[in-house]
Amino acid sequence: MRPFSWRFIRVWQRNSDVFLRLWHTEAPAFIAEPLILLLAMGLGLGGYIGAVDGQRYIEFIAPGIIAAYAMFSASSECTYSSFVRMEFQNTFDAILATPLNVEDIIAGEIFWGATRSVMTSVAVLTITAAFQLVHSPWVLLIPPFALLEGLMFSSIALFFTSFAPSINSFNYYFTLFISPMFFLSGVFFPLSTFPELLQKLSWIAPLTPVAQITRALFQGEFGPKLLPALGIIIGYTVIFFAISLVTMRRRLTR
Amino acid sequence: MVIIKTENLTRKFKELTAVDSVGLEIAEGECFGLLGPNGAGKTSLIRMITAISPPNGGSIWVAGKDLAKHPREVKAMLGVVPQIDNLDPDLNVMQNLLTFSRYFNIPRPEAYRRSLEVLRLFQLEDKQRSRTRELSGGMKRRLLIARGLLNTPKILILDEPSIGLDPQSKHMVWQKLRELRSQGVTQLMCTQNMEEAALLCDRVAIMHLGKILVVDTPEGVIARYVGSRIWEIEVEPSERDEVIEVLRRRHLEFEEVVNTIQVFNYDSQGLGGLPGRPRKATLEDVFFKLTGRSLVE
Repeated sequence: MRPFSWRFIRVWQRNSDVFLRLWHTEAPAFIAEPLILLLAMGLGLGGYIGAVDGQRYIEFIAPGIIAAYAMFSASSECTYSSFVRMEFQNTFDAILATPLNVEDIIAGEIFWGATRSVMTSVAVLTITAAFQLVHSPWVLLIPPFALLEGLMFSSIALFFTSFAPSINSFNYYFTLFISPMFFLSGVFFPLSTFPELLQKLSWIAPLTPVAQITRALFQGEFGPKLLPALGIIIGYTVIFFAISLVTMRRRLTR
Repeated sequence: MVIIKTENLTRKFKELTAVDSVGLEIAEGECFGLLGPNGAGKTSLIRMITAISPPNGGSIWVAGKDLAKHPREVKAMLGVVPQIDNLDPDLNVMQNLLTFSRYFNIPRPEAYRRSLEVLRLFQLEDKQRSRTRELSGGMKRRLLIARGLLNTPKILILDEPSIGLDPQSKHMVWQKLRELRSQGVTQLMCTQNMEEAALLCDRVAIMHLGKILVVDTPEGVIARYVGSRIWEIEVEPSERDEVIEVLRRRHLEFEEVVNTIQVFNYDSQGLGGLPGRPRKATLEDVFFKLTGRSLVE
């Protein structure tokens, strides 16, 4: 593994320039969808569901939706979008002909994916505020926390991208990895509903600790009991960031 | 002065040795052409010299710097013009150039000034606001060359600079490359276009199956391998065997291409009595002679 340099910021800037030109094409995914979900599940379905963990159902799922959509943003950025830049637009080849090296590109992609998570978390958080669901000042920590969440999901996604043979391969990634997490990591119901074995297994899914921390910040119950969850996220981030530096180098320099 | 030097440069892909112990010396200020059929190893060689793929063996020195140790410093001196279009389709022409300048840490006002300058050089200044996908193939290629000049490179590396261009654009590109050459910019180009190589290059190397077969001036290569003129005999099928018999008896070097027999390295005495006419030998004749007429892929 070789280190990246501060020059990764140039890749980040390139991606952000393109995003600022085209953001309106992405807006439905990170604004309209969570909004519809809050309306349908929170208000609609929530009307038939009593209190969950002592709160209204919509209050329970709101932080879960913030966490899940931040995950979607980083994941789609570092799978489909990175793949298009790498294979179809040959953007990485163009950048490699400049003083930047492979590691700078990888770090730029991962930090950009994480930035998308932050933007999405801010957008969804604002929507929940509009629903008058925000009561604690701790929510201000959700966007910085989404940066860490985004670094983790971007690193995992880019690791998968480094050996994806075609853009269709990402259907597997989303169907078998991202979607199950969306439904089974404590976004829509407390994991305590599950049998004990399933509860333990669900902690393997990286979204589970993210949902737990985001919910705690949302409810203003931040405390040391969250440290194990934070440890899991940092662990996944460090491991997958490092592995993707190696596997992407292999793919890009062949 | 030697500006690019490779020693025993080797690149392997599993069973295949794409580049096989290549030693090259390119002088500062010269235009050097790398010729060879598809699969000869030209692209692999260029990818190593531009620090994109690492060699399996050997070394590369650019302007006195070891590429393996100082890839960033070396790449800062290079202008790379790829064969494929890798412009940013989501950005307009000016944004493409400004974004690219940023990779070289060129400050914004300077980047803008240089971008305008290279756009003017390639007559693209009125396309600043166009999306790159709206540009014609010729404009895209000119823009790719223009982009390669943003960092005022010491060495310009071009992969098939005129491929797919109409005659007007092709001649414009050639003209600009000549101007850059006269300003002292070293050029290393891969090309399959023998006319281009003969016209632009001070020296050419012919590459085949991963090895460099010959390095010389275009005239030197031609004189050495086929002589400056080629005698062409158009033969009827009925006369063919007889003519070939004569050529063999006189130990003349020849090759049969469809209905024409080409005689190389001849003198007028040796040809005595044979029909046909002379024509000027070209790099293409050398190319065929060294790399064969069959498809290599």
